[in-house]
Amino acid sequence: MMWKDSTSSYGLVSILLHWFMAVLIIGLFALGVYMTDLNYYDPWYHKAPDIHRSIGVLVGVLLLLRLFWRQMNTHPASLGASWEKFLGRLAHYLFYILLLVIVISGYLITTADGQPVFVFDWFQLPATITRMENQEDRAGIIHAYIAYLVIMLVVIHTVASLKHHFINMDPTLVRMLGIKKRAKNQPPIHLQQENQ
Amino acid sequence: MMIKKIFTYLLLGISLCLSATAQAEDYVIDTKGMHAFIEFKVKHLGYSWLLGRFNKFDGTFSYDEKNPEKSKVQINVDIASLDSNHAERDKHLRSKDFFNVSKYPKASFVSLGYVNKGNGNGILTGKFTLRGVTKDIAIDVQQIGAGKDPWGGYRRGFMGKTTLHLSDYNMAKANILGPAAENVELALYIEGIRK
Repeated sequence: MMWKDSTSSYGLVSILLHWFMAVLIIGLFALGVYMTDLNYYDPWYHKAPDIHRSIGVLVGVLLLLRLFWRQMNTHPASLGASWEKFLGRLAHYLFYILLLVIVISGYLITTADGQPVFVFDWFQLPATITRMENQEDRAGIIHAYIAYLVIMLVVIHTVASLKHHFINMDPTLVRMLGIKKRAKNQPPIHLQQENQ
Repeated sequence: MMIKKIFTYLLLGISLCLSATAQAEDYVIDTKGMHAFIEFKVKHLGYSWLLGRFNKFDGTFSYDEKNPEKSKVQINVDIASLDSNHAERDKHLRSKDFFNVSKYPKASFVSLGYVNKGNGNGILTGKFTLRGVTKDIAIDVQQIGAGKDPWGGYRRGFMGKTTLHLSDYNMAKANILGPAAENVELALYIEGIRK
């Protein structure tokens, strides 16, 4: 498999970024819901937020890497009707914007009083913008609502990919799995490209 | 003769009124120059003290040196200004789990009486309202000092201490902090500028 994307398939970097971030983002949501309801004397009361903050920073780094990689590469053409292509593009831009906002708002909660974000025990991310009026509360509200929006978008994204796979029967889903094999009843990918 | 008598009583009455108003001095708590502090102290796990303060509040008091029993105090506290120097903790304390500041943004204290114990010490009693719950509390008061300031004003300062009970105020998750956090010590350091 190629490192870089081509006009017909995703390269290893894009595929790994996609699935790694998918797992981390869904995991962060679950962890976020779990940790905000923990009892003070629960052994996870400090550990869970520590992990949440660390992975959050990691997702931020991966997001920047992904946006950079996206700019540096060609990518496979999106498939389907023009409204599908439009909504697909819209959903992707929304993903990038929402993820950027959620990472920044999370950072602003933790650093509101000037304390750094501890990323595991690897390094600390220093505070920058601090002590705005009720900073941690405002950033907290944004963080929570955007989290639910992101998960709604994940559901839509998943349903759409399954629609492409089972109804359109195009390789949208399998090509993100790195599988070149064509879906049932579909001409090989190189033929699809020629037909377009 | 009659007119003179009436005149004398009138004069006496006026002077009494004047002296009465002159004796009860009204003060505004100096939150503009921030010479006032409201701090709380609660035990963490029973092993140490956690300190925090409320950064925004306002209030007035009146004090009569010859008649301290007539002292009055009124304070409003902006609960959202809670600051324990840890943003995530402050956010949690302001949330529905504890203070629920979006529903109950203010706490207030209105004094009802003052028992003078001499030497500037006394016990101030009154109604304290927090999260919509009003309790009678008593504050141990100590006068720190009073006098002219270098800028043409007159100031008077007190320190007050009381203990609040977390379980009194219907906080949804007060119990998760454990019995060690039941008593919250509140300290008020108040400087008033005479009106």
